[in-house]
Amino acid sequence: MSSTSPSPLHLAVALDGTGWHPASWREPVARPRDLFTAAYWADQVAEAERGLLDFVTFEDGLGLQSSHYGDLDGRTDQVRGRLDAVLIAARIAPLTSHIGLVPTVVSTHTEPFHISKAIATLDYVSTGRAGVRVQLSARPHEADHFGRRTFEPISLESLRTPAGQERLAEHFDEAADYIEVVRRLWDSWEDDAEIRDTATGRFVDREKLHYIDFEGRHFSVKGPSITPRPPQGQPVVSSLAHQTVPYRLVARATDIGYVTPHDTDDARAIVAEIRAEQQAAGRADEPLHIFGDLVVFLDDDEATAVARRERLDALAGEPYTSDARIFAGTPAQLADLLQELQSAGLTGFRLRPAVAGHDLPAITQGLVPELQRRDAFRRAYEADTLRGLLGLARPANRYAAAAATA
Amino acid sequence: MSKPLKQIHLAAHFPGVNNTTVWSDPAAGSHIEFSSFAHFARTAERAKFDFLFLAEGLRLREQGGKIYDLDVVGRPDTFTILAALAAVTEHLGLTGTINSTFNEPYEVARQFASLDHLSGGRAAWNVVTSWDAFTGENFRRGGFLPQDERYSRAKEFLATTNELFDSWHGDEILADQASGTFLADAKAGAFVHQGQHFDIQGQFNVPRSPQGRPVIFQAGDSDEGREFAASSADAIFSRYSTLTEGQAFYTDVKSRLAKYGRRSDQLLILPAATFVLGDTDAEAEDLAKEVRRQQVSGATAIKHLEFVWNRDLSSYDPDGPLPDIDPDVSENHISKGRAQVRMYRDPLATAREWRERAAANNWSIRDLVIETGNRQAFIGSPSTVAKTINDFVQADASDGFILVPHITPTGLDPFADKVVPLLQEQGVFRTEYEGPTLRDHLGLAHPDEVREERAAS
Repeated sequence: MSSTSPSPLHLAVALDGTGWHPASWREPVARPRDLFTAAYWADQVAEAERGLLDFVTFEDGLGLQSSHYGDLDGRTDQVRGRLDAVLIAARIAPLTSHIGLVPTVVSTHTEPFHISKAIATLDYVSTGRAGVRVQLSARPHEADHFGRRTFEPISLESLRTPAGQERLAEHFDEAADYIEVVRRLWDSWEDDAEIRDTATGRFVDREKLHYIDFEGRHFSVKGPSITPRPPQGQPVVSSLAHQTVPYRLVARATDIGYVTPHDTDDARAIVAEIRAEQQAAGRADEPLHIFGDLVVFLDDDEATAVARRERLDALAGEPYTSDARIFAGTPAQLADLLQELQSAGLTGFRLRPAVAGHDLPAITQGLVPELQRRDAFRRAYEADTLRGLLGLARPANRYAAAAATA
Repeated sequence: MSKPLKQIHLAAHFPGVNNTTVWSDPAAGSHIEFSSFAHFARTAERAKFDFLFLAEGLRLREQGGKIYDLDVVGRPDTFTILAALAAVTEHLGLTGTINSTFNEPYEVARQFASLDHLSGGRAAWNVVTSWDAFTGENFRRGGFLPQDERYSRAKEFLATTNELFDSWHGDEILADQASGTFLADAKAGAFVHQGQHFDIQGQFNVPRSPQGRPVIFQAGDSDEGREFAASSADAIFSRYSTLTEGQAFYTDVKSRLAKYGRRSDQLLILPAATFVLGDTDAEAEDLAKEVRRQQVSGATAIKHLEFVWNRDLSSYDPDGPLPDIDPDVSENHISKGRAQVRMYRDPLATAREWRERAAANNWSIRDLVIETGNRQAFIGSPSTVAKTINDFVQADASDGFILVPHITPTGLDPFADKVVPLLQEQGVFRTEYEGPTLRDHLGLAHPDEVREERAAS
């Protein structure tokens, strides 16, 4: 590639039900009755892989979907119910060969020990293509499903108060601990711990297995993992963030942060804030991707895309709003927008198809060729692992490194 | 009139963290790489087995305060492997052990319901229970559970997951694109459970799966364990190696079903068994001896003796006589994270008996461990093994077997190629799957039919 061509950008798709627009399931292409079958998800991921995308994410949650932030809405006119995202990713892994698979896990009510081995195993079954998107839940109705903790009702407004910020910080501190435990467990086996030494009868060299001895406010975990270090060493950790406290988690603990800038200046400010947090955390020289999230309606001409959005809004009975910017237009217009946002420091994008059956193929068959024409996107998969696709090296094992310098 | 022949049920247990898995054999492959699991599952499906079974471990075993390193160490996550195997098989049931102590009902119910959807109705759960603080050190809750509450938590856990599975009836997803009604019922998945161990409520977010609920397996030999299985399980794992012991267990467990309003064919009894095949019976016997020597090295023999003696015996010669000192009967056990230690409830009596047997037979420590550690095993030519298995099942000592080969991942291949065709010729094992779901293979009714049956009677 010539030095004047733009640096390639990274592209992911966020899979959620029949798409991100609440009326998406009513489109003829939507296949809403197939949502709980493996075939549906296999087809979505195969399409994303045909488009050479870096990875797909699978949304998840420990309660029914809702149009309210903190509570159930009792609605019957939108998609409700979903399958466990880690299991969907594992079910699809043997059917694909290059694309990264990034399920969502909720850190608030689950066990980091279980999730660590689940994602390590996803890395084995996909031969190095696993990631995880860590999400927390402060929703009282989800806490009621576990009965171990109770949370005060929550709203977006309440989060902006000092008490809300304090509560937010506490939840994110727990998520940071969670990620730390998961990462330590991945490293708790050195890569060459399995020795199969027939002379001494030892299957492993136990000097290369490490207790992680994590002690935190919400949990403590002894280790080591029961699952050997996964192929990527550390599968890719990601998280969605909208303000300072979550940005801090992204900067300290993840490999990819998803952010929701509404224009280029906003993107620049977000990137600056995360990079500053990264510096403060002493990670300035570690690669950290910042992906912009966008909802997309893609059609051959802008008027069609806008009309489709309006038609779906009318079906839903209200205009669709999102934390992310909503784009309606052509692949060329979207390519322009992505490149502009990229110039503000974003390194990739996670697109949320408004209608999966329509906008996912529009991304792979419209946007991707457009970006390729501009020398801004790959023409073939250049690596076999997700870290490889993202330009991330396989990390050294923290315990092996410690042992070597001790 | 003679009794019609019973159909045999067969399952395959992936060889894992146990000294019976011979990892030193040149044919032994990875027990972690997915290709091993895929090979094993495809062999089981080629042989028309009912299901594949995965055990679980939640902490690496320790002995004498150090990680136990002589057996296979490490395994992948059960749910993740089973979901991936659903992609490379079409019919094979997918059974996993999941602990009811270090999980929560809502999450486990989501995972099994999801696995059942993603496999088209092939999910099964071996419900196990634990209480030990050692394993608990890897989890948020820690090792809080008193031992006498393990079955009460397990029972309530299973009852709670059943309430969650049943919270969707199967007709809620309308997805009517014209009218705009996705859900027929806004309260789909609603549940309230208040009990000793769980106090939870809300809405379950996975619609009813093809089997309604996963098939439930249970292991456990105590009176409580048998009662739990009779009340709530579809199949029970047993470990009886002789015909008469097997028949006694079979009769006992099946007789417990009536008081729960269940028929005797609604609970299958499936002992675990290993096998060694040879061209002739004599060749198989020789091979089996060799395998046992591989499974029990001198170092392994000493470690196994330590389970009973509860002392460091590393200074003893495995080829020498048994220790004349008595076991340490204190609470703090030398071995951690290992279920079979509980088999030796009276270590002093066990030690006495073992010393007597070793002296009478002139056995070394290693000989003793080889002789006493034998599991249910089918050893012989393919025709001998096929006949033994069939005799066992027809005599009501079991409904079939869960076979555990000693080599990963190809150990099942000779059984599939040589024994299964003989069973099929005798008309006691399927040549085609009966239907798409594991319930179909096991001859178990869908839970909704069972409910209707009970309501009608």
